[in-house]
Amino acid sequence: MSRRTITELARALRAREVSSRELAAVALARIEAADGELNSFISVEPAMALAAADRADQQLARGEGGPLTGIPFAHKDIFCTAGVKTTCGSKMLAGFIPPYDATVVSRLAEAGIVMVGKTNMDEFAMGSSNETSFFGPVRNPWDPHRSPGGSSGGSAAAVAAGLVPAATGTDTGGSIRQPAALTGITGLKPTYGRVSRYGMVAFASSLDQAGVLTLSAEDAALLLGAMAGFDPRDSTSADLPVPDYAAQLGSAVAGKRIGLPKEFFDAGLEPASATAVREALRIYERLGAKLVEISLPSLALSVPTYYIVAPAECSSNLSRFDGVRFGYRHEGAQTLEELYKKSRGHGFGAEVKRRILTGTYVLSAGYYDAYYLKAQKARQLIADDFRRCFADVDIIAGPTAPTPAFRLGEKVDDPVQMYLNDIYTIAVNLAGLPGLSIPCGFSAGLPVGLQLIGPHFGEGPLLNFAHVYQRETDWHTRLPPGAAVGAPSGAINGGIAPEGAPTGAPTGKPR
Amino acid sequence: MSWETVIGLEIHAQLATRSKIFSGAATAYGAEPNTQACLVDLGYPGVLPVLNAEVVRMAVKFGLAIGASIAPRSIFARKNYFYPDLPKGYQISQYELPIVHDGRLGIELEDGSSTSVHIIRAHLEEDAGKSLHENFAGLTAIDLNRAGTPLIEIVSAPDMRSAREAVAYMKKIHQLVRYLGICDGNMQEGSFRCDANVSVRRTGTDQLGTRTETKNLNSFRFLERAIHYEVERQIEVLESGGKIIQETRLYDPDRDETRSMRSKEEANDYRYFPDPDLLPVLIGADFIAQVQAEMPELPEAKRARFVAEHGLGTADAALLAASIELAAWFEAVVMAAPGSAKLAANWINGELMAALNRDGLAIEASRISPAQLAGLLRRIMDDTISGKLAKQVFELLWSEGGDADTIIDKQGLRQITDSGAIEAVIDKVLAANPGQVAEYRAGKTKVIGFLVGQIMKASAGKANPAQVNELLKRKLQG
Amino acid sequence: MKLTRQDVEQIAHLARLEIGTDEIDGVVEKLDRIVSFVDQLQAADTGSVAPMAHPLDMAQRLRPDAVTEQNRRDDYQRNAAGVADGFYTVPRVIE
Repeated sequence: MSRRTITELARALRAREVSSRELAAVALARIEAADGELNSFISVEPAMALAAADRADQQLARGEGGPLTGIPFAHKDIFCTAGVKTTCGSKMLAGFIPPYDATVVSRLAEAGIVMVGKTNMDEFAMGSSNETSFFGPVRNPWDPHRSPGGSSGGSAAAVAAGLVPAATGTDTGGSIRQPAALTGITGLKPTYGRVSRYGMVAFASSLDQAGVLTLSAEDAALLLGAMAGFDPRDSTSADLPVPDYAAQLGSAVAGKRIGLPKEFFDAGLEPASATAVREALRIYERLGAKLVEISLPSLALSVPTYYIVAPAECSSNLSRFDGVRFGYRHEGAQTLEELYKKSRGHGFGAEVKRRILTGTYVLSAGYYDAYYLKAQKARQLIADDFRRCFADVDIIAGPTAPTPAFRLGEKVDDPVQMYLNDIYTIAVNLAGLPGLSIPCGFSAGLPVGLQLIGPHFGEGPLLNFAHVYQRETDWHTRLPPGAAVGAPSGAINGGIAPEGAPTGAPTGKPR
Repeated sequence: MSWETVIGLEIHAQLATRSKIFSGAATAYGAEPNTQACLVDLGYPGVLPVLNAEVVRMAVKFGLAIGASIAPRSIFARKNYFYPDLPKGYQISQYELPIVHDGRLGIELEDGSSTSVHIIRAHLEEDAGKSLHENFAGLTAIDLNRAGTPLIEIVSAPDMRSAREAVAYMKKIHQLVRYLGICDGNMQEGSFRCDANVSVRRTGTDQLGTRTETKNLNSFRFLERAIHYEVERQIEVLESGGKIIQETRLYDPDRDETRSMRSKEEANDYRYFPDPDLLPVLIGADFIAQVQAEMPELPEAKRARFVAEHGLGTADAALLAASIELAAWFEAVVMAAPGSAKLAANWINGELMAALNRDGLAIEASRISPAQLAGLLRRIMDDTISGKLAKQVFELLWSEGGDADTIIDKQGLRQITDSGAIEAVIDKVLAANPGQVAEYRAGKTKVIGFLVGQIMKASAGKANPAQVNELLKRKLQG
Repeated sequence: MKLTRQDVEQIAHLARLEIGTDEIDGVVEKLDRIVSFVDQLQAADTGSVAPMAHPLDMAQRLRPDAVTEQNRRDDYQRNAAGVADGFYTVPRVIE
């Protein structure tokens, strides 16, 4: 099998069936072969990857290392990597080489992960389709004419296509969960504060959270265990112990209560997606969980609230890109004001500029109360809805996105339509809750995601819910057409890339 | 009709921490450009602020010293504007919910009158870097070493009515922050500076006039000059039928004038909002009690104690308590020479101050130490040396160092207290001045001064003056 | 409320963003759509609700006052477009 989970690869590494160097070489070869079309990577680092793989092999040879040692991996290009270009999908940072690692990067490196490259993304994580990247759109492995979602679209496409078994992402309004849903993989956005934001280029500081895109909940649990935890360099990181998420998997969900917000199943949800989600919920019911209808009455406020709060924070966060200490500097500037205006005007793309302008507007004199303060109050209402619901249910479930992957270019001219794509994911960020998306079926050959939402710091039970579902179903093992093309034959277990999953009507059934 | 001046000050005091308010970079003054600017200070992408505990402690200390309320919950906000010495494009400051609010400070003027100033708030913020506009071939050069240095901004109500009051208030705050050990008060290095909000109104009216804000005044004299200039300018504008424009101005000490800074002022809209990278600062009663317990003795208390404990006059006590370093110096002398308090006060406020002023030194840089002065005072107290000769010893201590005893011995300045020896000198002088002796005995007792002078001269100043007086009188009457 | 071109130019100035004459109409139009969209929030009843600035109910943690950063100017200035004698440089600012 060509697309294997971290758990499987770790077993093979430990059994000496394959070396980390071989895995890195396979990943590099697959990227080389497939990424011309997918465009999921912004940079690839063969020498660094092979060196890290060799170190991992030495560790493994000594019987050392953990479950992540030697696993090929990609970081979303929003995480600063010392000595490695970090672009954030922007012309502004096209030549930026950070002299420091993000905490997520250093923690995963310590866990032995082998970074092969940095993945494409919407510029500064602002987008839901990966079309705002300065480095061009990413294509969805399930249909190259469609978007993989965004903003972590490069990570999603690379994992779905089997180029790497997992990658980091960031989720400000759905940027992990929505692309995971649209590419048929698992995407976890932890509780705000669970994972350090240090070294992660900020979009909206009170919403941004790092997470992972993987092939299974089990892999997500392994990675989260390595990434999570208190970081003295991030004031907003929670000083709480990190449970052994992987060890907690497999407990029964019988008797647990799953809340289904009625607002998640309204007219905006594409019918085939609705069917797939309902099918998935029936599995839980069969496992003894109880489905409870709940209501999040303020959910409708979440998109406008988000599009005030996030741009406001972004307008300020992105002021540091002024052409002075790092980043793009326009050479034609005669005055300081020109230096600012031209560097920023030419260094940022259209969507980023729109959000900076929106944010500047809502914070400006005379509008603060009407927009920003109002949004902060609405945010409280949204968070209250969840607090109330979690008093009664263990987990909340629903769709991740209103539709499966849309066509590239379809929404690019209508920002509001694009924003509405995040209707089911955004409230989770506003409330700071953990959420994940797992594949639960297909709509006209395109993957559909089931979203699970937990209470603050409830990643353990959340991952368990996803894991028990993945034990019962095989949606997460379905391969896009042409996944892992270009895998050197015989590279892993002599395996040859299979043809991939059927692209027609959903055929996946519970095992 | 006369005019009344209304002044409010915004004082910026750099807090004397080792590291910056939100980063672990050093705050030391005078380093090579940009060598003390770390990733956080430079606003590198993704790096985050973490608040320095000492900064909070210092702010609370200040709040307690002015009897202010300490906010149980205060928050940081971003003040957004573009300037090259502001790396992130925003300054982390406090806007709503500052850490300290509503305090009061009494001030005394030189004429003995006193008043009190309401301190509306004192908030924490980060300093900006420095821009150099000269010597870079048409470029502006940016040094970000100062960026992120902790500041406490102390905002007064418009309670001052003259430049003198404003200066007295600023001096009082300066004294206080130095007493508290929260600011080094070095105005030349910019550690302590203020913005003056000045307006004028017709005497007898209640409504405030339009004010101007004169920025970055880094000496008491500049504050005084700038206010004088601004008041005169505003009155002139108003009397000629003009209007005051609310604006930011800069004081130019070379021309002794303020001028408009429209370039910086233009289209200011700071878009304050709570900084999402920082959480609310919560301060509990136990923390406040802990800081309270660490509070140093403040100027008034010290002054009162100097009077009560050491028997000093109020004027001497006030002079010594003016700065915490001087007060500590005084106490070190008294510790080393018990019972010398009054004498020590005279010497410090007299000879020592004169010497320091002459050499342009601060007390910390004094060329003689408290132990050295104490050594000298002990010899005055035990009559080893006269007060007059002690001045010579002091000068030698100042210029050459050493200790009083060695100098006294080496220079042969030991006071003559042997009655026989003194009598011998007296006899010689009386014999040489029979006329004056006769005058005295005829009732012109004033002439004794002349005779004492002759005796002191004959003893090279070493005869104990009290003994001389006593023996001389006895001989003249005898 | 309709956003005008002047409004957008003023905001763009505050944000120090050059907007090309060829872009401006599109920017005004899209920004107006976004602002109209978020304007629907005005209808929400948020009466006495406390504003929520942060998703976590935590207090600011304090760092001990210690110098932990060393001089790494050369590393840090490698990303800068204008540097002279250890300073960052920008076009002359007239005060």
